[in-house]
Amino acid sequence: MRRWLILVVLSLAPVAAGSAAAQTPPVAANGCLMCHGVNGQGANGIPAIMRVQSRADFTATMKLFAENKKPGTIMGRISRGYTDEDIAELSAWFAKP
Amino acid sequence: MTKHTPFSVSRRRALAGAAAIAVAGAPAILRAQATAGRLVIVGGGFGGASAARAARERFPAVAVTLIEPAASFTTCPYGNLLIAGRYSDTSPITFGYDKLIARGVAKVTDTAVEIDSAKKTVRTSGGQTIAYDRLIVSPGIDLKWNAIKGYDEAASAAMPHCWKPSLQPVTALTDKLKAMPDGGVFIMSAPPNPFRCPPGPYERASMVAEYFKKAKPKSKILILDSKDGFSKQPLFLAAWKQLYGDMIEWVSSNNEGRVVAVDPASMTVETEFGKKHKGDVINIIPPQQAAKIARDSGLTGGGDWAAIDTRSFESKAARDVFVIGDANAAPPMPKSGFVANNTAMRAVAVAGAQMTGGTPPKALYFNTCYSHVGDNYGISVVGIYRPNADGSKIDEAPNSGGISAREATADIRAGEATYADGWYRSITDYMFG
Repeated sequence: MRRWLILVVLSLAPVAAGSAAAQTPPVAANGCLMCHGVNGQGANGIPAIMRVQSRADFTATMKLFAENKKPGTIMGRISRGYTDEDIAELSAWFAKP
Repeated sequence: MTKHTPFSVSRRRALAGAAAIAVAGAPAILRAQATAGRLVIVGGGFGGASAARAARERFPAVAVTLIEPAASFTTCPYGNLLIAGRYSDTSPITFGYDKLIARGVAKVTDTAVEIDSAKKTVRTSGGQTIAYDRLIVSPGIDLKWNAIKGYDEAASAAMPHCWKPSLQPVTALTDKLKAMPDGGVFIMSAPPNPFRCPPGPYERASMVAEYFKKAKPKSKILILDSKDGFSKQPLFLAAWKQLYGDMIEWVSSNNEGRVVAVDPASMTVETEFGKKHKGDVINIIPPQQAAKIARDSGLTGGGDWAAIDTRSFESKAARDVFVIGDANAAPPMPKSGFVANNTAMRAVAVAGAQMTGGTPPKALYFNTCYSHVGDNYGISVVGIYRPNADGSKIDEAPNSGGISAREATADIRAGEATYADGWYRSITDYMFG
């Protein structure tokens, strides 16, 4: 029993440490996830954003929203609040690798 | 004072807990590893539940304890939809803490009554003393009884507030509206700023109108306001006219809208210069303040709300204590569920970094509040915020945020109603899923 426990501890510890880093999205994403789903999977007509676009397309989409060149409800108002650095962090987190 | 010495009790509990867990199975072993520090959270609402999940996910080495007296949480958001008859009871807007507990949160089902920030302990009404390394206080609001003359908890039975579901569920209002005859008058007294959920009273009036339009079309709605303006005002006023004709009348404070006294026996309210209004159903949303534990523990410095450093949400009155949610003063951010959730992330990032020796990321705050105004008709307000350099205020990001377009197609309004439901699903999934 004790040996089994030690094995479990050893095998889970790196996973826990790794997932701790992996599960902390960039600061700006905290806002995204509470509408687009906790994993960016979309919710009730709110589009999925996780691994949907390339980085270039993600960044371009945010820019189009900010310039009111892409129709939407609230994304224009949101995207204008982010800096280029924020958008870069978001695209690194959400876009396809 | 407690009979126990503060630290020994919780240590004994923690050790006993760890021993019990060690034989129980693998998931709990992760919990037993939590040795980087003790994060205690007071209050299991939008702020506290969000903080609990964020802390478990982002700082697995930190032990998380959530002190919350209730076994389940009924949200304020979406409560108004019951009034319109979109739900028949509160079960779709009520959530349990079982998933948070499964994530490794130790829930203490008890009421926190006192914070000793020198000893770094929280005392509960059940006599427990819980030690913390960092404390996140998210206790919500209390209503100011008797701020409106005659409006105390007894009066709220006849004239419900339904502004704090743990105190009075929204069904107290729906029951009275159902019993009201067609052609009756519904009066709402809307509170002065700042208060919980700035668009909430006006969404509620909208949902009463949706119900009246279907079930009691000759009835009227009178909003007597303690303010001269309100959240999303041009959108609400235009939508009310479009959807409900002249059913809703809004009276600003400077048009003698501020209710100063109530008489439950005659079902009348009195405004500032002595004008009396009689209603068939009366909803008094009284002035508000930070919940008792924040006031009793010195976090509000004798005022109504807790002062915080806007960079971290650390209390200005107590070290290693964070105050999030409706209980703090963080203008121009609204007292909303979204802000409570979003600032919970910030408090956890800072508290977690302090306990584990990391550096917290930059600060950026976010709010979206949706309101339902009618069938397939939603509107929203957005805000993106950053703290200033010395933590003394919060600035809205320039050229961003604001309310939905004044002119919009039916598809846009319907889209926002749908997205509101998506927001509700996502944020409650984060807290309790």
